[in-house]
Amino acid sequence: MPETHSPASARPVLSVANLTTALRQRDGGFHTIIDDITFDIAPKETLAIVGESGSGKSVTALSIMGLLGGKSSRISGRVELAGRNLLDLTEPQMRAIRGNDIAMIFQEPMTSLNPLMTVGAQITEVLIRHRGMTQTEARKESLHMLERVRIPEARARLDEYPHRLSGGMRQRVMIAMALVCKPRLLIADEPTTALDVTIQAQTLTLMKILQEEEGMGILFITHDMGVVSEVADRTLVMLRGKTVERGSTAELFASPRHPYARTLLAAVPTLGTMEGVALPQRFPAIDHVTGKAAPPPPPVDTVSADEPPVLRVRNLTTRYAVGRRLIGAPKFAIHAVENVSFDLRKGETLALVGESGCGKSTLGRSVLRLVEPKSGEIQLQGTDIRKLDTAGLRRMRRSAQLIFQDPYASLDPRYRVGTTIAEPILAHGLASRAEAQERVARLLERVGLSADAANRYPHEFSGGQRQRISIARALSLEPAMIVADEAVSALDVSIKAQVLNLMLDLQESLRLAYLFISHDMAVVERISHRVAVMYLGEVVEIGPRNAVFGNPQHPYTRKLLAAVPKLEPSRRDRKPMLSNDEIPSPIRAAGYEPPKRSYRMAGTDHFVCEN
Amino acid sequence: MADIHILATGRASSRLADLRLSGVAIVCIGILTIFILMAIFAAFIAPYEPSLPDLRARLAPPVWNEGGTMAHILGTDHLGRDMLSRLVYGSRIALLVGFFGVIVASLIGTAIGLIAGFVGGAVDSVLMAVVNTLLAVPNTLLYITVLAVFGQSLTLLIIVIGCINWTTFARVVRGEVLSIKQREFIEASRAIGQRPIVTMIRHILPNVLGPIIVIATMNVAMLIILEATLSFLGLGVQPPTVTWGRMLADGRDYVATAWWLAALPGVMITLLTLSLIFLGDWLRDRLDTRSDQ
Repeated sequence: MPETHSPASARPVLSVANLTTALRQRDGGFHTIIDDITFDIAPKETLAIVGESGSGKSVTALSIMGLLGGKSSRISGRVELAGRNLLDLTEPQMRAIRGNDIAMIFQEPMTSLNPLMTVGAQITEVLIRHRGMTQTEARKESLHMLERVRIPEARARLDEYPHRLSGGMRQRVMIAMALVCKPRLLIADEPTTALDVTIQAQTLTLMKILQEEEGMGILFITHDMGVVSEVADRTLVMLRGKTVERGSTAELFASPRHPYARTLLAAVPTLGTMEGVALPQRFPAIDHVTGKAAPPPPPVDTVSADEPPVLRVRNLTTRYAVGRRLIGAPKFAIHAVENVSFDLRKGETLALVGESGCGKSTLGRSVLRLVEPKSGEIQLQGTDIRKLDTAGLRRMRRSAQLIFQDPYASLDPRYRVGTTIAEPILAHGLASRAEAQERVARLLERVGLSADAANRYPHEFSGGQRQRISIARALSLEPAMIVADEAVSALDVSIKAQVLNLMLDLQESLRLAYLFISHDMAVVERISHRVAVMYLGEVVEIGPRNAVFGNPQHPYTRKLLAAVPKLEPSRRDRKPMLSNDEIPSPIRAAGYEPPKRSYRMAGTDHFVCEN
Repeated sequence: MADIHILATGRASSRLADLRLSGVAIVCIGILTIFILMAIFAAFIAPYEPSLPDLRARLAPPVWNEGGTMAHILGTDHLGRDMLSRLVYGSRIALLVGFFGVIVASLIGTAIGLIAGFVGGAVDSVLMAVVNTLLAVPNTLLYITVLAVFGQSLTLLIIVIGCINWTTFARVVRGEVLSIKQREFIEASRAIGQRPIVTMIRHILPNVLGPIIVIATMNVAMLIILEATLSFLGLGVQPPTVTWGRMLADGRDYVATAWWLAALPGVMITLLTLSLIFLGDWLRDRLDTRSDQ
């Protein structure tokens, strides 16, 4: 493959040639995980390695760092850093390179800092180890570094423990630790995946600014094409351990050559592609061999506007007490859901969007009374479910179901899939055991699995398949409404598109109403009829999808939309502004009553919080 | 649909197939089997009646010692009773108290731990207060009191031991339940309208069985030592039933002159409890439910 674009400086920081890694399997044999990977990274250049889970992205990084362990791995090829082949070095020599010449940042900012050491101590440790500085020098340098990653009040932060910092600030501390020895190469393994979209935007901007200042090369590992287009100069697409495409990011996005790259790009939901389209749209089905997209079937209007709504929520409020003392009233309350009202019609998808802690999941659980609301009114098909007793509540479960985020945690690992899907049917006494089995077979086929899947255990299925099983279980009671809590967030892009298409198919054939909880604005834009934006437990803007995305009124909606990575590398903002905004906490002193909100109408059915 | 094929074949093997035996496990299971067979077939193995004194053969040393005879392979005690026969019969009480005591304790403890963890709130607080209270009372004092009041039979001993030793089970089960309760499939079970009691038994109980089996194995060892201690203090099953603890107590006065009186029951207790503890350790590594998804 020809290299088309290379930044000014000719000599690469890192040069990887024919890197092949095999890992020991449980049976003792070796299995090749990555095969013949070749790339260069120049100073000030960012190379993104992109691929779905299991494609070997992280193994590539660990091979370069020599972190795989000599007994359990076999690595061949060349990894050249400033003229030295890292694969020839001994472990003590590698230790001098790790953290010094090559630094790494990880996905989980919550667990990659030691909770028992102050932020300052963790940064000085690196300096004392690699630079041989004294405590005082190292502390001075650490403070300087914290200021460089733009942590507000850096001097005070130096003596704080990680739990006092937010996720975004912790990731900045991680970056500070990584960069404090001025590495030539920074390996970032999904550094923003666990962050909210506005915090992700901040972190990416910060990395870009620091790269400009330090002149280091960045190896950026991600599954997110949006992030790739934001940060990467060049991109390497991996599929099952092999390079399928390599070249400049702009070119990749403009004209992907390999069918898999085309599939990957076509499956990425892109914000802004739905302008002027009124109804939700399926993702195009992509032929895996040719990479050609077949146009999706025309959308059908599934919403029944004239019938009464399936779900009617008025002034719903849910608060959790925290800081409960042994005796006496709790000190604080988390205002998870505050005064929320909306309707959900038959065949309609209402998306709840917002960042972590905004109360969208609590709202989803509150309307099913899986979490007990504090006040408000919930009418499901005309029944006030807040007045139901235990037996009534159990009957109510037949008409409203839930699909979870984590397809690995939502199925009991000890039961066969068939048993799990039949459980709701049998629990409600809707059919005999034999009839239930027949129904299970039909449900499995309906969600795109074969009927004999019923005899297998959940661990035998992939994430996407498990999510189909969860959907089949939810459908087994023939509900009118499904609450989908981040139902596709844990899935790889191409699988995500398939599951979303399935959900749209089911909506069309069964006239299901979805309460679709998601933080992914692009997915929401694609599949919802209406959108409610939540901030600190309150709905700040609600309206038809086209109105909210096309004409956002509330400042928070605008901010959220602006933070979503754009899929156009050519339109990348070269001189970015770094904001230090944090996501505020919804914890209030007990007894706090929020101010009364008033909503103004911004268009047909489009309401915006005014104050 | 590209994802409709089985990917995770490596994990398809069942849990039981994963219980590959290690060397230590084989030795432990071997020793345990020998003890169990010994207890069951005591009447056939023991060469003499265990409590039959033979004053002419008092304090005969084991066969490998000077003066030992094949008539009494492991020697005799201060009343001329055959040591081998006594050790063989003693294993009966040790294993009976150990196994049945654990069954009683694990039933009570699991039930209480399940309820405390699953129901939570005030019920949890009260049950855990009971557990903590029980832990705070000196156990030996409890045994002395209960056994002194109600008399000393094997059945009673098992029940008393079970009723006092369930706290470990309750605590561990409660902890496991609290973490499993957070898993989404439990909420899923609520969301489909399943009855709480069914959720508890179908979804939570099977997922806490692993830890229960591990503590149960270790607890058998603990109870065997406890039984020996009580017998040593004269609180266990009364003579003429043979117990290792009683044998230890009898041998105490002869440690200087006839070491085998105390040493042999000591070896038996150590061997049995060690193999149980190693087995428990191995089971814990194998059954650790936290490591699988």
